[in-house]
Amino acid sequence: MEEKPSATLTTRPRVRWYSSDHRSVARLYFFLALIAVVTGQALSLIMRFHLVNPQAKVGWFESFWPTGAPSGVMTPELYLSILTLHGTIMVFFVLTTAPMGAFANLVLPEQLGAAHMAYPRLNALSFWTIAAAFAVLIASFIGPGGGPLSGWTAYPPLSAIGAITGPGEGLGQTLWLLSIAIFCAGSLLGSINIIATVIDHRAPDMALMQMPLTCWNWFVTAILGLLSFSVLLPAGILLLSDRLAGTSFFVPAGLRVGDEIIKGGGGSPLLWQHLFWFFGHPEVYMAILPGFGAISVILAVFSRKTIFGYRAMVTATVAIAALGMLVWGHHMFISGLNPYSSLAFAVLTLAIAVPSSVKTFNWLATLWGGQIELTSPMLYALGFLSLFVTGGLSGIVVGQPGLDQYFHDTYFVVAHFHIIMGVAGVFTIFAATAYWFPLLFGRMMNETLGKLHFYLTFVGVYAIFLPMHFAGFAGNPRRYADFTTFDFLAPLMPLHRWITHAAYFTAGVQLIFLVNLAWSARRGRVAPNNPWNAPIENGRGEWV
Amino acid sequence: MFTAPPAWFPAPISALASAFDAQFLRTLWLTGFAFFAVQVLLIYIVIRYRQRGKDPAKFTGNVRVEILWTTVTALLFFGLALMGMPVFTIPRLGPEPPGSEIIEVDAHQFAWNFRYPGPDGKFGRTRLELISDAGGNPLGLDPSDPASKDDIVVSTLRVPVGRDIVLTLKSRDVIHDFFVRELRVKQDVVPGMEIPYRFRADRTGAFEIACAELCGLGHSQMRAVMLVMPAADYDRWKKSPAQH
Repeated sequence: MEEKPSATLTTRPRVRWYSSDHRSVARLYFFLALIAVVTGQALSLIMRFHLVNPQAKVGWFESFWPTGAPSGVMTPELYLSILTLHGTIMVFFVLTTAPMGAFANLVLPEQLGAAHMAYPRLNALSFWTIAAAFAVLIASFIGPGGGPLSGWTAYPPLSAIGAITGPGEGLGQTLWLLSIAIFCAGSLLGSINIIATVIDHRAPDMALMQMPLTCWNWFVTAILGLLSFSVLLPAGILLLSDRLAGTSFFVPAGLRVGDEIIKGGGGSPLLWQHLFWFFGHPEVYMAILPGFGAISVILAVFSRKTIFGYRAMVTATVAIAALGMLVWGHHMFISGLNPYSSLAFAVLTLAIAVPSSVKTFNWLATLWGGQIELTSPMLYALGFLSLFVTGGLSGIVVGQPGLDQYFHDTYFVVAHFHIIMGVAGVFTIFAATAYWFPLLFGRMMNETLGKLHFYLTFVGVYAIFLPMHFAGFAGNPRRYADFTTFDFLAPLMPLHRWITHAAYFTAGVQLIFLVNLAWSARRGRVAPNNPWNAPIENGRGEWV
Repeated sequence: MFTAPPAWFPAPISALASAFDAQFLRTLWLTGFAFFAVQVLLIYIVIRYRQRGKDPAKFTGNVRVEILWTTVTALLFFGLALMGMPVFTIPRLGPEPPGSEIIEVDAHQFAWNFRYPGPDGKFGRTRLELISDAGGNPLGLDPSDPASKDDIVVSTLRVPVGRDIVLTLKSRDVIHDFFVRELRVKQDVVPGMEIPYRFRADRTGAFEIACAELCGLGHSQMRAVMLVMPAADYDRWKKSPAQH
C-alpha cells in the first residue's frame, strides 16, 4: 500500500464536484451537513418562537406558508410539519452525514495507510444519492399540501392512510418516505465502502487491534449502518406500498377517520414501530460512535498521554453497538407490547450504561496525570464529556419502564436525547472540525474565536436543556403545537420563555463558528505538517 | 423554586403513583450524585493537570481498576432497575381484581369518549357506519342490539374513589395515548388493539387527561377530564347519568 507523505495532508485540496477522491467527497458531505444544520437550527428557532407566542402574527410566515400560516398566525399543522422536518434533517442529514460521510472519508484512509477508499466511484455515488434524498426531503416540505406532520418516526396509521389524517399527510408524507428510502440506499453504499476499506485496505503491518480507535469506531458504525439501514429501507418501501398500492402492512381493520371508513386492514401499527426502532436505536449510536473515536484521539493528544485502556475501549465500542441492536423495544415500553418483553428490553438497556460508563472512566483516566492543553478541539472534547455524562444519566431514568411510563413523550425525553445525541453529537463534530480542519482546508481555525464559541455554546446548551427536564417533571407532553388547552401547562410558560431565549442566544453564538469556518478556510494560518505537536512515531504525523 | 409545582410532579392520587415517586427519588439521588461527582472530577482534573511544562504520566491502563469500576456501575444500575420493576408490572400483569369497574375508552381525532356498560353489565355492539357526532352517537352504538340500549357514552371520565378500575383503551383511527399525570401512568391507545389500563384512585378530584402520542394537527387540544367521585355519588350518577 502506498503511503502518503504527511506533507500532502495539509496542502489545500481542491473541491471538485465530480471527483471521487475521498477528501473531496468528504468536503461535499461536510458542506451538505452544514447546509442541513443551518436549516434545521432555523426551524427549531421558529418552533421555540411559536411555543411562547402561539397567537403572534408574523408577516413573513404568511408569505412563506400562505396556507400554513393564514394572516401570519401559525397553524398546528405547520408547526408539526416544521417539527418533522427539524427532526429528520438533524438525525439523518447532520448527525449521520457529518460523522460518517465527512470525517470517515476525510481521515480513515490516511489513518489506515490507504491511498484511497475501497470503491471511490461508489463513494461519490453514495454522496450524490444522499444529496438527492435531501432535495426530495425539502420538496416534501414545500410541495402542495405542506410537509408531513407525523414526526421523524412517522407512526402509522397516521402516516399510512393519506391526506384524510391531516394536510401534509398526502404528497408530503409520500415524498418524505421516498427521501428516507433514498437516504437508506446512499448510506448502505457508504457503509459497504467503509467496511471494505477497513478490511482490505489497511497497511500490511496493521492488525485490527492496532488500528486507531477512530478507525474502530467508524468500522463498527458502518456495520451498524449496514444492519439497520437494510431494515429501514424495506420498511419504508412497505409503508409507501400501503399508501400507494393499497396494501395493509401497517393498517389494522376497522378504521374510520373522520367520516370515512378505511378499506383493507389486517396489518399491525406496532410492526412499523419494531422495524423503525430496529433502525432507530442503532441510529443513535451511528451518530455518536464516530465521535467517540475522535474524542479519544483528541483527549490523548492534548493531555500528551496514550489513551487509557485501548483494549477496553475497543471492547466497549463493540459492546455498545451489539447491545444497541437489541434495545429498540425501549422506545415502545408503553406502546402495547407484552410487559414481559418491556422488562427484557429494560435489562438490556441498562446494560448499555456499563460500557458507556467504562468509556467515561477511561477518558477521565486518560486525562489523569496528563499535561492538559486547552486548545479549541480539546475544549469541545471536554464539553462533550460533560454532556455525555449528563445525557447518559437521564437515560438511567427513561430506561426504566416504570419511570418511562410517566416520562415517555414528555419534554424530559426531549431534553435527554437532545443532550446525548444532539448536542453531545454536535460537540464531537465541532471537535473533529477544529482538529482535522487542516485536512479539510489546509489551514488552521482561529483559536480565539474557537474558544469563545465553545464557552458561549457550552453555557447556552445547558441553559436550554437543564431547565427543560423540569417541564418533563411536570408531565409536559412533547409535539404539542401549543400549550394553551391544558390547565397544567399554562403555569409552565415562564419556563418555556426562558428556554426559548436560551435557544436564541445559543443559535446566535453559532454565527461565531460559521464566521470562523468561512474566514479560516480562506485566510486561516497555513497548517504546518504536525499542527497539534502530536508525538511523531514511525516518521508519520500521528495527529491525523 | 423547581421542586414545587408547576415545574414538578403533581401530588399522586394512587398507591402506584406514590410507588413511582419513591422509585423516581431513588433514581434521582443516584444519578444526581453521579452527575455532580463526575462533573466535579472533570473540572478538578482539568485544573490540576493543566499544562505546566512537566512530563505527562506514562501509564496506559490498569486492569484491576477497570474491573472494579465496571462491576460497581453494573451492580448499581441493575440494582436500581430491579427495584423499579414493580411500578411497571403491577398495573399490567397479574389477575384482574374481582369486582372491578370496566370502562371503555374510545379515542379518535381529536376527542375522548367513555363508555359504561349500564345495568346489564354488557357493552352493546357498535358499527363504524353508524358513528355520528351530530346525531349523538359518537361510538356508533347499534340500536338493534339490546345490550347497547343502556350503554352510557359520555365525554368526561367518572370513576369512584377507592375501587379498582379497568379501562379498555381503544382507538378507531390513529395511535393516541392515555395520560393522567396524577396516576403516573401513560398507555398508548392503538387501533386494532384493546389495551387494559388498571388503577385505583384514592383521592377525589378533577384531573386532566392528555393525549401523549402525536395523532395529528389537533394533538395538543385532545383533552378530557377524569372526575374521581365519592363512591355513593358515582353509583347515583350511573343510575341516572342524564340528570347529572
